[in-house]
Amino acid sequence: MDDCHGASTATLPPPSTATGRHIIAIAGPPNSGKSTLFNRLTGLRQKVANFPGITVEHRMGRVKLDHHREVYVIDLPGVYNLRPRTEDEQVTHDVLTGTMKGLPRPDAVMLILDSTNLNRHLALAAPILSLGLPTLIILNMADDLEGRGGKVDVAELSRQLNAPVALVSAVKGAGVDKVLEFLSGATLRTPPKPPLLTLPPIIQDVPKCRDWAANIGRSTNYRAPAPPMWTRRLDAIFLHPIVGPLIFTLVVIGVFQTIFSGARPMMDAVAAAIQISGQWIGAALPEGPLRSLIVDGIWSGVGAVVVFLPQILLLFLFIGILEDSGYLARAALIADRTMARFGLQGKSFIPLLSAYACAIPAIMATRTIENKRDRIATILIAPFMTCSARLPVYTLVIAAFIPEKRLLGPFFGARAAALLGLYIIGFLAAVITARLLKSTVLKSVRSPFMLEMPPYRWPTWRSLGLRLIDRSRVFLRRAGTVILTVAVVLWVLGHLPLSGGKAPEIGQSFVGMIGHAVEPAIRPLGFNWKIGVGLISSLAAREVIVGTLGTIYGMEGTSQSIGLQAALRHELTPGGAAALLVFFAFAMQCMSTIAVVRRETAGWRWPAIQFAYMTVFAYVFAFLANRIVSLWF
Amino acid sequence: MQIPFKKKPREATLGVRNLTALKRGESAVLDHIDLPEEEARRLMELGFLPGHTVTPAHSAPGGDPRVFQVDGSEIALRRETAVRLILRQEF
Repeated sequence: MDDCHGASTATLPPPSTATGRHIIAIAGPPNSGKSTLFNRLTGLRQKVANFPGITVEHRMGRVKLDHHREVYVIDLPGVYNLRPRTEDEQVTHDVLTGTMKGLPRPDAVMLILDSTNLNRHLALAAPILSLGLPTLIILNMADDLEGRGGKVDVAELSRQLNAPVALVSAVKGAGVDKVLEFLSGATLRTPPKPPLLTLPPIIQDVPKCRDWAANIGRSTNYRAPAPPMWTRRLDAIFLHPIVGPLIFTLVVIGVFQTIFSGARPMMDAVAAAIQISGQWIGAALPEGPLRSLIVDGIWSGVGAVVVFLPQILLLFLFIGILEDSGYLARAALIADRTMARFGLQGKSFIPLLSAYACAIPAIMATRTIENKRDRIATILIAPFMTCSARLPVYTLVIAAFIPEKRLLGPFFGARAAALLGLYIIGFLAAVITARLLKSTVLKSVRSPFMLEMPPYRWPTWRSLGLRLIDRSRVFLRRAGTVILTVAVVLWVLGHLPLSGGKAPEIGQSFVGMIGHAVEPAIRPLGFNWKIGVGLISSLAAREVIVGTLGTIYGMEGTSQSIGLQAALRHELTPGGAAALLVFFAFAMQCMSTIAVVRRETAGWRWPAIQFAYMTVFAYVFAFLANRIVSLWF
Repeated sequence: MQIPFKKKPREATLGVRNLTALKRGESAVLDHIDLPEEEARRLMELGFLPGHTVTPAHSAPGGDPRVFQVDGSEIALRRETAVRLILRQEF
């Protein structure tokens, strides 16, 4: 099979970036495999970046062509046309037309289309080709097309569109060499304007574009593949009226049980490694303040948080599998009626699901919602969803206070159930708030719900691996910056003021003073001054409280001897522990989220309201939790 | 805002068949979309173009939303949207 045509040997125009590298944009409809191709091309040489000025996030990566040549590749949000309706589509439009501030117009475009759905996807070729940029048309999912008996005459398509065309499988890597060839400029040329290419007269007219695409499809002998039989068979199970919701429930329970118990051995190993290395450093350093800072301050503080990395990676592995396999779209379908009950449209579901990982990408993902009021409502409730930063806090407190008991045989224990319960109360707080907002200040007409069901696919190790590496980087960077800083500051404040040249007891130090100052406000929740210091430090990021407690107990010398869990049992009553969990479920303790909400809603008004609302909400329910649990224990 | 999914959506015009009239697996040709231009365009981009054949497939429990096979893709729509997609009359 010959994959690539349109062989003309023009060279790339002079590079437009200051660094001398060309910028190539990846455009295409949603679900065409843009990100898979992007990952395939860039591997680990990618990062999420912001456009300066307007700070819209995008993924940018470097592609190494040979020893001394590299190009930049940008992954753009999926579009069906170039008439933007959402902020996401606006980004694609602005980058491609060169009106994006701070970014020069790309030197070329890779238009990626799903070859199994060419007649529909080809409609995007009309507006993209009329941009006049050198364009490579990539027909993705070649393996699927062939496997299901479809075909297309690539040479003829290339001739008709007057642009190089490559048939590739971004997942398997077949045909990617042709893409690299294009990137190195070998098959690149600026497409001459029509008459060669007869574009539809009004390129924004959907039926006309579709007719044009169908004509091209016909003249290039495009045969659409047979329907994906496996997808039909799997949908008969996953969308079965009884079996479907049952599987949905089992998937949810399975994820929680595995996150809790499956990560345990790895977490124990990390904890042991941190403890042994701490002892080793302690033995190597001379007795004195430096040893105390490193061992008691940094090692206890940062180490207490790093322990949770395996658990967070496991969560991201599950999210990755659900997303890449196509099951997530089915889950969104099953959950849609529940969402509708709370006045949210189905499109809010995907951002809310990604909020289980982190509220920040979720808030970014709301850009796909056209309706402004729906979008703000979704932004406001996203931080209620249980993000992965809460996981260390939840795990620590649950493991300290809830005994391991079997509920459903060996498959579902009491601790996993408690964790699931916390996820559920977060979700309930989100949807109740949504209902409240949608029936008062953010009333709007509902826009229709349309969700494309992608075919089921095996998730690839490559894509899952990239997600995990990316996540580990973010997590460790935070541990190395925010948590490290907090640990050092705490250690210093915990050793001052010096009295007679000696550090005070922690209770009499500055840390103790701050803790004692806030204690009256949090005593009704069952928290003492140490938890108070933890709460203040967790305003930076939720998981910081674990590090803070690690540092405080490290300075007291308790954490080495009895461990953080046992120390917590000593500090908190069961009522206080319940209050702490509830407080973390509802409070908006995350500076990054506040910053993103300010940016996305263009002002301080919404983040201020949101922060106040969530804090009051958290305080009231933590108070109630403390009272109610204290009645029994 | 009240969500009217418990009520049967009213038919746009008497005697006009819309997508919800189709049984699962039963195909029909789309005639037009009775929605504001912006929303109709989005549906058309997903394949709901006048003249195309639409076939209902699986649905969420309770029958809403439902997946429709159209133009080589599978798109889920809520009932409230599906009633606005008017089918071509059969003769």
